[in-house]
Amino acid sequence: MRFANPPLLIIMNTTAIYTLWLRQLKRYFRSKSRIIGSLGQPILFLVALGFGFGPIFAKAGQGNYIQFLAPGVISMSILFTAMFSGIEIIWDRQFGFLKETLVAPVSRFEIMIGRTLGGATVAIFQGIIVLVISLFVGFKVTNFALLPLAFVFMFLIALLFTALGTAIASVLQDMTGFQLIMNFIVMPIFFLSGSLFPPSGLPGPLTTIVKIDPLAYGVDGLRGTLGQIAHFGLGTDFWVLFVVVAVLVGIGSYLFSKIQV
Amino acid sequence: MENIIEIKNLVKKYGDFTAVSDISFNVKQGEVFAFLGPNGAGKTTTIKMLTTLLHPTSGQMKINGYNPLHQQHDARASFGIVFQDPSLDDELTAYENMDMHGMLYNVKGKDRKERIKQLLNFVELWDRKDDLVKHFSGGMKRRLEIARGFMHKPKILFLDEPTIGLDPQTRNHIWAYLKKLNKEEGLTVFLTTHHMEEADKVSDKIAIIDHGKIIAQGTAQELKNQTKTATLEEAFLALTGSEIRQEEASSQDALRSQRRMWRR
Repeated sequence: MRFANPPLLIIMNTTAIYTLWLRQLKRYFRSKSRIIGSLGQPILFLVALGFGFGPIFAKAGQGNYIQFLAPGVISMSILFTAMFSGIEIIWDRQFGFLKETLVAPVSRFEIMIGRTLGGATVAIFQGIIVLVISLFVGFKVTNFALLPLAFVFMFLIALLFTALGTAIASVLQDMTGFQLIMNFIVMPIFFLSGSLFPPSGLPGPLTTIVKIDPLAYGVDGLRGTLGQIAHFGLGTDFWVLFVVVAVLVGIGSYLFSKIQV
Repeated sequence: MENIIEIKNLVKKYGDFTAVSDISFNVKQGEVFAFLGPNGAGKTTTIKMLTTLLHPTSGQMKINGYNPLHQQHDARASFGIVFQDPSLDDELTAYENMDMHGMLYNVKGKDRKERIKQLLNFVELWDRKDDLVKHFSGGMKRRLEIARGFMHKPKILFLDEPTIGLDPQTRNHIWAYLKKLNKEEGLTVFLTTHHMEEADKVSDKIAIIDHGKIIAQGTAQELKNQTKTATLEEAFLALTGSEIRQEEASSQDALRSQRRMWRR
């Protein structure tokens, strides 16, 4: 007799988790069109907004806009990739593959962890590609010692939104709600995270909204580690993300465990 | 012989609709059991409950001595399944699909490699092992799924309309293998099919379900005697009537086109 949700990592089926992680990676690296396609938007943001608003930003005494914007755009691409990876469960459900994993002698929690780690890894890759691109557009990493910490923040952002995508996908039957998710969840999370504008000196309600947007802490953490000053402080950024990740992984695995095919 | 599957007073309701209404039957170990019925009769729902995918509204089940509801892990390790609709990962190769299945079912390294080779050779897909499954025809996918179902040497094999899209050669080839495993290793086969001739030929025992109820049970001969008919097809029609059933359309087709748009 095994427990449905093993409380400890030690008794988890690491082979199964590894298998499902690997699957996400293989799928990602095989769809070249998806990788390239999803780079279009970040490049456009970096070039159009970065160079377009650069002069005004400088005139307002805020310094180099690309330097400010790049961590936001990196976060954006992680957000999008991670959400899509999570939501991919809907495809797997409709096209049958989910059933194959659900009848295997593997707990739902292990399936969810494997998929989420896979999705998060893919999202980090995407973030790293955008980081490299931003270097060509003029972004400078000021302190290389903090780079590992930047990866930690990337990982937390990736994990957070893969888990959120999984949670959402677990309660949806098909992709008809996809536009709704894009317009009412993903886009607001991105635009209200302070990716594009500084989170200080905003009108009252907007300040509050930015404060409850988890991506704001991810963007801020990346900014702090990649060469700017963190608005909330790196400690706050880390702990807020950490707690939200824990909560969402919990909710995600609960909802995932309730799926009946 | 012992019962390897036991179902007692099993009920599944979706709101007001009763998909499976108080069915009871047993399958003995080593039997080829055909579970027949018109579209929407409750066959797939029953299989889903037995294979831990759906929770029943009420009733008891046992599979290989385990309760699929509370001893999921042991129950799952006991069976292999070929689903009615495809359940392969299109973006992976045939080999990778097999390999992943082996890893999920804890078939270890060398053993796994050997089994994959043996089974892919058996379904004649070994030379296509490194091709992505999305380039496969319907029949090839089916063969791969059947091979995958054997991968972990299950005690029970569920086949939900397994021979759709297979030519007579492949069908016979696969049934010959199934019968061999059935004889030599006591593999129990739980089969649903609309192919009455096939059911007649391969099954030891038959249960017919209609409108969520078991309406007849026995060997093919017993059913024919009971209805005074010459073939199983006639017996089936005599028992279930000739009215054509409505099955709810799924949103799958619409989704298939959407998926293309989104992934490319």
